[in-house]
Amino acid sequence: MQAGKLPVARRGVISRRLSGILEPYLYVSPALVLIIAVMLMPLILGLSYAFRDIRILNPFSGGFVGMAHFQTLLTDDAFFGALANTAWWTFGSLLFQFTLGLILALLLNREFPGRRLIQALVFLPWAVPTFLSGLNWAWMFNPVVGPLPHWFTALGLMDEPFNILSDPDLAMWGPIVANIWFGIPFFAITLLAALQSIPKELYEAASIDGATTRQKFISITLPFLAPTIAITLMLRTIWIANFADLIVVMTNGGPADSTQIVASYIFTQAFRRLDFGYASAIAAVLLVLLLAYALGVIALRRAMTHADS
Amino acid sequence: MASIEIANAVKSYGAVDVLHGIDLDIQDGEFIVLVGPSGCGKSTLLRMIAGLEDITSGDISIGGTIVNELQPKDRDIAMVFQSYALYPHMSVAENMSYALTLRKTAKEKITDAITNVADILGLSALLERRPKALSGGQRQRVAMGRAIVRKPQAFLFDEPLSNLDARLREQMRSEIRKLHRRLGATSVYVTHDQIEAMTMADRIVAMHDGIIQQVGTPIEIYDRPANIFVASFIGSPAMTFLEGTYEIAANGNAGVRIADGALIPVLPAQGATANQAVTLGARPEHIGIVGDDKGGIPARVDLIEPMGLSTLVHVSLAGNPVKIFTLDRPDFAADSIIHITFDMEKIHVFDTKTQLRLPPQSEPHTAKTA
Amino acid sequence: MNLSGNSPTQKAIYWGSHYLMIAAFVVFALFPLYWLLKVSVTPNDILYTEGVRMWPSRTTWENYTFVLTQSNFPHYFMNSVIVAGTTAIVTTMVAAVTGYSFSRFAFRGKVIIVALMLITQMFPLVMLIAPIFKILAPLGLTDSLTGLIIVYTAFNVPFATFLMQSFFDGIPKDLEEAAMIDGNTRFQAFRRIILPLTLPGVAATLGFVFTAAWSELLFALMLVSSDAASTFPVGLLSFVSKFSVDFGQMMAAGVLALIPACAFFLLIQRYLVQGLTAGAVKG
Repeated sequence: MQAGKLPVARRGVISRRLSGILEPYLYVSPALVLIIAVMLMPLILGLSYAFRDIRILNPFSGGFVGMAHFQTLLTDDAFFGALANTAWWTFGSLLFQFTLGLILALLLNREFPGRRLIQALVFLPWAVPTFLSGLNWAWMFNPVVGPLPHWFTALGLMDEPFNILSDPDLAMWGPIVANIWFGIPFFAITLLAALQSIPKELYEAASIDGATTRQKFISITLPFLAPTIAITLMLRTIWIANFADLIVVMTNGGPADSTQIVASYIFTQAFRRLDFGYASAIAAVLLVLLLAYALGVIALRRAMTHADS
Repeated sequence: MASIEIANAVKSYGAVDVLHGIDLDIQDGEFIVLVGPSGCGKSTLLRMIAGLEDITSGDISIGGTIVNELQPKDRDIAMVFQSYALYPHMSVAENMSYALTLRKTAKEKITDAITNVADILGLSALLERRPKALSGGQRQRVAMGRAIVRKPQAFLFDEPLSNLDARLREQMRSEIRKLHRRLGATSVYVTHDQIEAMTMADRIVAMHDGIIQQVGTPIEIYDRPANIFVASFIGSPAMTFLEGTYEIAANGNAGVRIADGALIPVLPAQGATANQAVTLGARPEHIGIVGDDKGGIPARVDLIEPMGLSTLVHVSLAGNPVKIFTLDRPDFAADSIIHITFDMEKIHVFDTKTQLRLPPQSEPHTAKTA
Repeated sequence: MNLSGNSPTQKAIYWGSHYLMIAAFVVFALFPLYWLLKVSVTPNDILYTEGVRMWPSRTTWENYTFVLTQSNFPHYFMNSVIVAGTTAIVTTMVAAVTGYSFSRFAFRGKVIIVALMLITQMFPLVMLIAPIFKILAPLGLTDSLTGLIIVYTAFNVPFATFLMQSFFDGIPKDLEEAAMIDGNTRFQAFRRIILPLTLPGVAATLGFVFTAAWSELLFALMLVSSDAASTFPVGLLSFVSKFSVDFGQMMAAGVLALIPACAFFLLIQRYLVQGLTAGAVKG
């Protein structure tokens, strides 16, 4: 071949291969810079606070204290109470958000007159600022200005109208109900999207094979939804565990710490007691617990899918 | 228009080599068809010519200039995609004029070019439509029009007809051929359909496992396949293969002894030695059905496939399926025994080990590309 | 799919319960918003005496007039519009290029970057407030709308990226390859051919980010100290403290604040389902 003698056409200084290698990094760089500067660096800085004495009002603080915060944490009953409350808050909210979200998605997956409008309306709570919905729900639970206690009394659930937010045994239900209200649309939207991507032929084939509605749901719908359900449940668990806004606004952790979750406890330590060192130590523990949970779920899923195949 | 030279082109993804040193010269104005099963590397090669894939090593030149370093946009080539890849948000006219607009061609020139091409392809009435409002065949034409309008150095086709139904595909085959004759443009056409390769190509490039197996005119490839792969891939209904051993009689006659002991006479093959393991290849039209007393080899009838013009008789010979083409309308019962003969002038002997064809001694030595 | 039985009675029963359940969801979703509205138009003097009535005996626009003319609320509102609007636009631009590269390129380190983005979704954000303050303060970005915009953009980029990626995944690669052969660079092909085709995705991402930035309270509260740079959630809280809890006015401000978020959300929720259908949740 005479190819060696042929002239070589070039454009630009950087070789085609090099620019091909660089191009994707160019595209992700703005996002990467932002995430590193505004999330990763603060995270590392925050983790370092966990080993230091940082109290805003104390000018002599700032020193290195080693594991002292973590040792305090081990004997902090309020923290362990908050840990138990976090589990209760997270799974209580999640169970209802998911179940109701799935039912709503199934209802919306059928064509009926006015479906679009209905869909827009039932998804609306997601757009409501959380603190506003917190204030509003707190208001609605108040027997003086809210209808809910009166309805509960009429239904025989209460002897007389009272505010559940001031009852340590029931207070957690307040933020949970508000959270359910706020969170149903998320599950409904993701599950509806997953439902709509199931090929219609599968249901037709199953009908021809003589499957009943229930059988079709179990053998087609659920398996197709399973990956979406697994990933959204995992992400949502973490998100809810970190989600303190509603509790801070509605009960501020009270009464008597009965609604204090770890995330709101961090908030209290940091911004009410201004003890950032201790707050960071708690946050670090929460982050580790959540990471462990996520890795555990992923490992479990991998083990299950491997067992399948 | 321009020639395309590919010299020792290699493509690898990490440790996996997809193309192993491809050498190919495409003449100016030639219509080349790259054919092979999926995964053979034909589309990768085409995309390397287009500049959509990097070349791991080697050179590709278009019109005498090495283009390895050029972006697709600087290579002055046009491509017709399998999915057509029409811009959904542009009208037919906008789709066809897009490349010219990017080159800042004068408005009147663009209009002229579009009118002209739309005329050739019968798209004049559809210019204002969006691709969504077109049938599959019409979209295919727009994709062709988009390529033609540009008057590129070369046309690249990536399985452009595989989304069309059979009748339309047949029609477009001849239309593309006619267009090529009219425009005289260098064309590289990728397909897995050997009929498209046979009917359209000036030269066929048969590929398998990232290696060019054979380059030649359709008739060369059909009549003198370089190896078992090419012989089996080209031709429909496919060639029959029978494994056996090569035998030479005292008088110099040669034959292949197959599993049930029958001897099929062949022309003495170049380089074949006695008792060598060989594979006999026979196209359906080179096997005949003879009367019971004419000395044929007995075979059992499996199935009769009437195809209208002809009939395909499927038989078993020593446990091997054999297909026989006939213009007669035989009505053998299934499982009946018939006798068949092989046209010794036309059938092929392959070395079972190397898979290469052992040409008859009477055939002139040809330079092999494989 | 056919969930209902085939006889007319079965069908009637099915659709009856279908609509009944839908109605229950609609009531559950809208009643709290209705209550918000009700409180906001109730005159102060009967706010408590008629607290549990479904509709007050008298209504008034007083609360709205006060909020709009006597308070700082219009100012907070403008701040929120600037912050949420800019955040939405910048985030969507960043997420579009990043999502595009996730969708189209295989490159070294991609898995790490994706994992990093997923992990950021696990942070207890409360923990980041003090460090972010510490990083932004020397740059003069605390107590400023720009600082808030940067922080919100970073927080929203990961999810927005995955959302945009799912839209790009739905667009055949052939299209930009055709555009590149027609004479574009890859980036031009992305901007001129691919982006216009993902307008629903862009709309969904814009709306999603706008809503999130519009509602954010914690960082707005902690990073901003002056009234001049306060967004409306902070302003709303100030009603609680400054006016000894004037609920009518607070609710009126709340209703006003709901309008842009809801309007945006109503516009985009359809595309959100579409985008997720394309595969956003496959992770």
